[in-house]
Amino acid sequence: MFDVVVVGAGPAGSMAAKTAAEKGLSVLLVEKRQEIGTPVRCAEGISKDSLSRFVEIDRKWIAAEVVGAKIYAPDMTEVVLAEEMAGNEVGFVLERKIFDRHLARLAAKAGAEVFVKTTALGFERTEGGLKVKLRRLGEDWEVETKILIGADGVESRIGREAGIIKTLKMSEIESCAQYLISGIDIDEKYTYFYLGNDLAPGGYAWIFPKGDKSANVGIGILPSLAKMPAKQYLDRFIEKVGVRGKIVEFVAGAVPVYGEISTAVTDNIMLCGDAAYHSDPITGGGIANALAAGYHAGVVAAEAVEAKDYSAGFLRRYDERWKSDFGLKLRRNKKLQEFFLKLDDATLNRLARSISGKKIEEMSVQAIIMELLKTNPSLIEVLKDFFS
Amino acid sequence: MPKKAVVDRRKCAYCGACVAVCNLNANELIETYLEIKDNCNGCGICVRTCPMGALSLMEV
Repeated sequence: MFDVVVVGAGPAGSMAAKTAAEKGLSVLLVEKRQEIGTPVRCAEGISKDSLSRFVEIDRKWIAAEVVGAKIYAPDMTEVVLAEEMAGNEVGFVLERKIFDRHLARLAAKAGAEVFVKTTALGFERTEGGLKVKLRRLGEDWEVETKILIGADGVESRIGREAGIIKTLKMSEIESCAQYLISGIDIDEKYTYFYLGNDLAPGGYAWIFPKGDKSANVGIGILPSLAKMPAKQYLDRFIEKVGVRGKIVEFVAGAVPVYGEISTAVTDNIMLCGDAAYHSDPITGGGIANALAAGYHAGVVAAEAVEAKDYSAGFLRRYDERWKSDFGLKLRRNKKLQEFFLKLDDATLNRLARSISGKKIEEMSVQAIIMELLKTNPSLIEVLKDFFS
Repeated sequence: MPKKAVVDRRKCAYCGACVAVCNLNANELIETYLEIKDNCNGCGICVRTCPMGALSLMEV
């Protein structure tokens, strides 16, 4: 019998497995794909701080460092967010193929068993815990465990089977397409974001540099508002802004933009990362919260094994941890997303013009909102929930 | 006529978006192979969510 079975070897799952194994638990980490980290389904951006909280930075998996972000309104009015202090890099664009494997190896080094090409089909409750049904290279395999951690991504089966989460509606998921473009001519010190109801309904388009004149060029849209598939919006965006270069890789994906779920646990089970809809509802960023959630789940798993208590009541310690870490931000940014969804292109242009050219010295959503409030005091009434 | 979702494998980028939005768990992603099970009721939510336009509804 394992102490913990973790399903999914993305950042959340590997971090949970690593943390639990470091605390002396017997851990099995399973990944349905034969290769960890591919296919990539991500724009790969993360802030330096949220990464270095949990992992020692290794240049092997840093594709690019950025010092700021440039945001474009529908009429191409530019808003620049830039870290003024030279040398203090604020953002990384990762090479997820290498990063995810690195994390899985850290989990293995810490003592976790790692099995790839192994799918979790479901689970059954038993006297002492759970029986997890796996399929490995086509063969059925059952393992018993005290705790099951579902880090199985946006398409999580465990969360739904356990009754923890509801299926996402079309207004709660970003449908994304992205190209890795080689030979692109951009200032590689910045990430670029493009807004517009026609350009990217309910989402945005992005250009994230990946070094050596290459970049992730992608788009996310809300299916409830979109009139065509994300890939077509992406092709139109590339045409419109005149992105040149050669497409050397193609990526598709989906990101939950749900906000905070009330609980990520039930008896014997915890969810983390995209499986718990932990990705940010406004930026779509998911790696930082996934790492944090995985860490917290690993810690609470160890406490539960120590206390021999795997009840939902005990595992709520995990809820308390992830909620106090980033729950408020999920709630706040969900409200902000709802606010931005109501703005038409003319209003977006006007707001962007009101702060264009201003010095915004922090690369965050919060910094933009603060600047908007300074120049548009009337927004205080609308955005007061943001501060409550 | 009842409908069912079908996948164009040449377009599918096996991202799992359709799995995430299916209320009936009719879509399953087996590594890079999307399987659409018989319990699909043709609601079309996955068709609208697919980033690639790889899904469509077919009369059955």
